[in-house]
Amino acid sequence: MAILIQGGHIIDPGRFNAVGDLLVDQGKIVAVGTDIKAPAGTEKISAKGRLVVPGFVDLHVHFREPGFEYKETIQSGAASAVAGGFTTVCCMPNTHPVNDNQAITEFILERARAAGLANVLPIGAITKGSEGKELAEIGDLHRAGCVAISDDGKPVMNSLVMRRAMEYALAFDIPVVDHCEDLHLAEGGCMNEGLISTELGLPGIPAAAEDVMVARNVSLAELTGARLHLAHISTEGSVRMVREAKSRGIKVTAEACPHHFTLTEEVVRGFNTLAKMNPPLRTWKDVQAIKEGLRDGTIDVIATDHAPHATQEKQQGFTEAPFGIVGLETALSLTLALVEEGILSLESAIEKLSTGPAKAFGLKKGTLTVGADADVAIVDPQAQWEVDPGKFRSKSRNTPFAGWKVKGLVQTTIVGGRVVFEAPVSV
Amino acid sequence: MSLKRKDLLSLAPLSAEEIKLILETADSFKEVTGREIKKVPALRGRTVVNLFFEPSTRTRTSFELAAKRLSADVINFSPSSSSVVKGETLLDTARNIEAMQADIIVLRHSSAGAAETLARGVKSSVINAGDGWHEHPTQALLDLYTIRERGLPFEGLRVAIVGDVSHSRVARSNIYALAKLGAEVRVVGPPTMIPMGVDKLGAKVFYDLDEALRGVQVIMMLRLQLERQGRALFPTIREYARLYGLTSDRVKLAEAGAIVMHPGPINRGVEIAPEVADSLSSVILDQVANGVAVRMGILYLMSGAN
Repeated sequence: MAILIQGGHIIDPGRFNAVGDLLVDQGKIVAVGTDIKAPAGTEKISAKGRLVVPGFVDLHVHFREPGFEYKETIQSGAASAVAGGFTTVCCMPNTHPVNDNQAITEFILERARAAGLANVLPIGAITKGSEGKELAEIGDLHRAGCVAISDDGKPVMNSLVMRRAMEYALAFDIPVVDHCEDLHLAEGGCMNEGLISTELGLPGIPAAAEDVMVARNVSLAELTGARLHLAHISTEGSVRMVREAKSRGIKVTAEACPHHFTLTEEVVRGFNTLAKMNPPLRTWKDVQAIKEGLRDGTIDVIATDHAPHATQEKQQGFTEAPFGIVGLETALSLTLALVEEGILSLESAIEKLSTGPAKAFGLKKGTLTVGADADVAIVDPQAQWEVDPGKFRSKSRNTPFAGWKVKGLVQTTIVGGRVVFEAPVSV
Repeated sequence: MSLKRKDLLSLAPLSAEEIKLILETADSFKEVTGREIKKVPALRGRTVVNLFFEPSTRTRTSFELAAKRLSADVINFSPSSSSVVKGETLLDTARNIEAMQADIIVLRHSSAGAAETLARGVKSSVINAGDGWHEHPTQALLDLYTIRERGLPFEGLRVAIVGDVSHSRVARSNIYALAKLGAEVRVVGPPTMIPMGVDKLGAKVFYDLDEALRGVQVIMMLRLQLERQGRALFPTIREYARLYGLTSDRVKLAEAGAIVMHPGPINRGVEIAPEVADSLSSVILDQVANGVAVRMGILYLMSGAN
């Protein structure tokens, strides 16, 4: 059925930025412009005072299925995604078993189809079992539908294996995604190393643990010509090195997470496990550098690293609690805060959430051009709301933003021309 | 007067007045420990649970003795590693203990922040008996008591804390408390064992022991955890002992009459030469004796008893 979205502020980054109408039909964008005439029987949605933007693309989520369904399933994760305006999400392979073969990839895609909400695109493992030793069957993974490869939380420490993975990935033109962390330097740390880790007596992860791996990966990308995508960069050093690498024409893209441009390590005080994530929250200087990287284009993508964990897991002591927070349902508001702050224009904020990530992974997503898949988010940019984890669609509640008063709320999410989410009226 | 706190988790948030109150309270209990009948009824009918997730003889015994001398009922609970394997969380374990009407839980745990996590979850008072590398407040308080007993005023006192400061909860608690009381704290050790930013906590950093010892009135040695060899913190125990071991020659660099402290258990011939540990300047056994009195004072204050 056709849907006509009328009178909204349409932003298709780099292409269209004006008040107008958007017509979708048969799962595709049919027309963008003003005074579009729709055939009889077209559903009409008034978007006056709203933003009409490409459905967001999140390159970094953990949907926990198979293996940890008590934290999140593909169904609940996808529901969380569309509630946050995300129409396409790329799920990391650190499930149990690891997504290092075609069968797991097909299982994930099957579950995503059954959920029928967001486009869920799997990321395959770089190495078998993500053990960092032997390459996974990357060709098979690609053929089965993986859009990138990564060993995410278990970075490939052996530089030769990483070099070979990058070379091999060239054959399929897929990006190699790395969580940059030298595990020897990190040495079991659980927060940023610095004054606060010293005060709290917590083992620290120095910024250098990230920086040395960014440096290594950039060098290997230069050597191999591979497409390198750096997951969740969090340090001033990483931003500097990516900026320099880009200026020399190396094929590198980078993402930053909302928590890394919103919070500092101060939040850890009181042994707050909801402030425990990897990479850890860093210092004010790092936060400023991430913002500058987003502003000047060094950082192409805002991704959530949506990492659901059960309440009882986060109730453990700080050192025992797992790393990670959920992010899909707060990402938009935290990104729009950068617009308020004057760091990003509204258009570039939308770009970091849609066109930017689609381009980094080479996905035909994140745009409202005629003929594109009809993945659309309608957003009320002025709506104020208070973050209440109890209302999350995600199975998990682990967010440090509970109780925050934020701005910007997703009203409607459309995937493949079908309305998959509408904000409850009460909000 | 009593401490207006439910828990004693760390010395970082305590005021100098609160620290002094604890030391003064310990005075009266020190007198009790010198009597022939070393028992007072202050905590009769109260229950103190020693919850020790990490092996400890000294601290647990000291708390047990302190509680018994106050006539409290004392339970020692050392969850074996198997109950951790069974998946019971720290909070669940503690809630079970609380359900048995424990008034005070004394917690030792290998993870920093464990006491704070526990205190948030239970109504019982929680006393931190050491959490990871974070704090060991009662050890620092007994150290302060011992310094004070020697007639050394805290204001302007020069103290050298020597050894693995990075991994030491004793060092952190002492730095916080001594700095609050106006002492000049020096930390000394190989740079691999000095944590980032410790100078901002109020300590001066030294890498040379001889230089750090000049003019100090208190030398506080930290135990070298021998199992840390091979983790690139120091090359050999031999070299560590040569660079950072306290010998009688080195004691002479300090001010005349300086005291030597150690939280124990000591590695003779590693961080401290046997003749120094046994010398007149050593107050190591006084620390142990004072530990009981100071913990009696803390238990008394925490119980809110009059």
